[in-house]
Amino acid sequence: MDFNDYSAGDFHDELIGPGGRPRAASRALWKYLKNLDRSELDERRAACELAAMVAGITFRVYFEDTGVDRAMPFDLIPRVIALREWQQIEAGLKQRVRALNLFIDDLYNDQRIINDGVFPADLLTGSVNFREQCRGFSPPLGIWAHICGSDLVRDAEGTMYVLEDNLRIPSGVSYMLENRQVMKRVFPELFEDSGIQPIDDYASQLYDTLASLSPRPADYPSVVVLTPGMYNSAYFEHAYLAQQMGVQLVEGRDLVVDDNDDVYMRTVAGLELVDVIYRRVDDEFLDPEVFREDSLLGVAGLMRAWRSGKVALANAPGAGVADDKVVYSWVPDIIRYYLGEEPLIKNVPTYRCEDPDQRAWVIERLDELVVKPANESGGYGMLIGPRSTKRERKEFAKLIEADPRNYIAQPTLALSTCPTIVQGGVGPRHIDLRPFVLSGQETYVTNGGLTRVALKAGSLVVNSSQGGGSKDTWIVDTDR
Amino acid sequence: MLSRLAENLYWHGRYLERAEDLARLINVNAHLNLDLPSGLSAGWEPLVRITGNAARFKAEEREAGERQVVRFLLSDEANSGSLKATLENARENLRSARDLLPREVWEQMNGLYIKGNEQLTGNLSKRRRHEFLRELILDCQQIAGTLLGCMSQDHAYDFILIGRYLERADMTTRILEVRGYDLLPDDIENLSPYESIQWMSVLKSLTGYQMYRRHVRLRVNGNDVLRFLLRNDEFPRSVMFCLRALEALIEGLPGEDDQALRAITRLQRTLNETKLVGLRGEPLGKLMDKLQIELAETHDAVRQTWFPSL
Repeated sequence: MDFNDYSAGDFHDELIGPGGRPRAASRALWKYLKNLDRSELDERRAACELAAMVAGITFRVYFEDTGVDRAMPFDLIPRVIALREWQQIEAGLKQRVRALNLFIDDLYNDQRIINDGVFPADLLTGSVNFREQCRGFSPPLGIWAHICGSDLVRDAEGTMYVLEDNLRIPSGVSYMLENRQVMKRVFPELFEDSGIQPIDDYASQLYDTLASLSPRPADYPSVVVLTPGMYNSAYFEHAYLAQQMGVQLVEGRDLVVDDNDDVYMRTVAGLELVDVIYRRVDDEFLDPEVFREDSLLGVAGLMRAWRSGKVALANAPGAGVADDKVVYSWVPDIIRYYLGEEPLIKNVPTYRCEDPDQRAWVIERLDELVVKPANESGGYGMLIGPRSTKRERKEFAKLIEADPRNYIAQPTLALSTCPTIVQGGVGPRHIDLRPFVLSGQETYVTNGGLTRVALKAGSLVVNSSQGGGSKDTWIVDTDR
Repeated sequence: MLSRLAENLYWHGRYLERAEDLARLINVNAHLNLDLPSGLSAGWEPLVRITGNAARFKAEEREAGERQVVRFLLSDEANSGSLKATLENARENLRSARDLLPREVWEQMNGLYIKGNEQLTGNLSKRRRHEFLRELILDCQQIAGTLLGCMSQDHAYDFILIGRYLERADMTTRILEVRGYDLLPDDIENLSPYESIQWMSVLKSLTGYQMYRRHVRLRVNGNDVLRFLLRNDEFPRSVMFCLRALEALIEGLPGEDDQALRAITRLQRTLNETKLVGLRGEPLGKLMDKLQIELAETHDAVRQTWFPSL
């Protein structure tokens, strides 16, 4: 593979440093790749694609009501981070999630942070993810977001920022695990004696986290994964995690709540008690008794069972109140308020459109900024200023004026790049990183996470629903 | 184990067995037609009847030639029981239950499905078709082997096997029903070499020829083939073998309701109490009909006991 013409321009490149020389943590990888000729590379690439296809790594994209299965694009050049840098990021993520959990628990109970005048009360009333049904309740250990996926990006100076926190039902971890499996199959020689930190214990860590929430700690806990079903875009992941943890993957119709508020699943041997539910169904569909009545995906009575402590739900209903993009802009203050510490990882500077001054400033500079709705995910409903047309900006200004609480704006980030296989060689493509943080009795952060890559040259959109792909992520110990 | 998944695995077992049986039928029929003079050949129409598609196929008013029948059985969009659709069903039922099985099984099933989708396009040449179907049979066997060698013999496995054996018993009766009509000569003593060839093809469609020769030393004849494929205890594609396997599997499942077990016992009685010597034509057809009805009743009993509609 030829790196001679490779240049990321003004962007920070994850693998190649100034002067076209590899960064310390990626030196071994760079040497290896440099010595691969085109046919060897093609051979490995074909093996990768086949392995992914046979493993059934698919991602469902919704298009005009018909889901289409397609293989999730996977790029075989990994993204590398030095272990020493990673340890700092890991500490920052733990700090952040701890504060966010304290914040959620406070919002549903005493609301000290509001009473103390740190967080504005009207933000809460305007939040679509605040669940009245959760008021006055605190789940076991006071933890609401047991599984958190925060998106990290690096700017041109090489600084890592948190771009957003996903506290509802973050997905992508199965691709992280599968990507590693595929890489180990195709490049076994790279993993020998290379100091790449393992990631394979995620499923056991997830299981331990979930088991630690059981309302019947003396028993061997019965943990299940609740999926909306086969046609959900992340079904592959639900099945994968259930399999890796050795627990049942259930749908709403498999569960029933009795008059005693106990939750059971329907099995070939009759009804079986359930202790912990890792639910991958949105709040609104969770329980037709409490939320949407027309939901066929949920279980009638589940909220009763949860509030009476008969079953644990991960993540807890209502946890999404803290992954609202407006709340995001307050996270540094939230960390300072609950922990009395300075945030270890920075937020991307964020402008809140509900503030009239900031709104006016944002609308003037729509062509420079990225504007995001507070509660969409997957890159939907965004305006990327520098790539927008005049008409789009005009429309967006109207949207913002109509519902200012729902919008935030951020500077267009010069996302870092990573060498990626492209037509006719290797080229820089923009990437982000989604590590996963587990919070139960212990806190655990994945070694790395899922690196998403925008496969189109120059594109900043890495979401898999919008044609993004993924890469394996290596945390490499260079001090061995 | 979840009732819903038990049902999915049961259907996976059925569909995969159906795919394999369909492949065997087509390949053996092609061979048979090559061996027979054209006047004696039953052609391809019997395959439409064996698979229970006579009405649907006729409704289209087409000629029952090799090209039409094979295309109908392999990939016709109008045939919901085509090999292509059967593979898709086998895969879809496995998809939701994949976390209960060794990972390799899903990979094999997925690979088989992808291969089927690529090759079953309606334009398969005869030679490629033969090769594809031969591979498909081996692929199905590979999945069965992986399950046997790598999967805990738990209830999930039991339900796959129940589906497989019910389907297999059903298919054996269908083959005998249709072939029995076509083939049994009026004068049973006076077997022409061609009739012997035809019975051999029945055995071969069930990969039973070699095993038959080991059990029955006489030359291939209708009475012995019938007895072998219906009552033999040791050959895994005989109806009795399937019934005994089903009996043992069903006895091991949880629950108070014994309607499935009773249905199996009834089937065994039907099979044991019928005189097989000289059975042919209409009476043979009636017996196979009866067995098929009782197999369908067993299916209902299994469904009501372990996966009542959720």
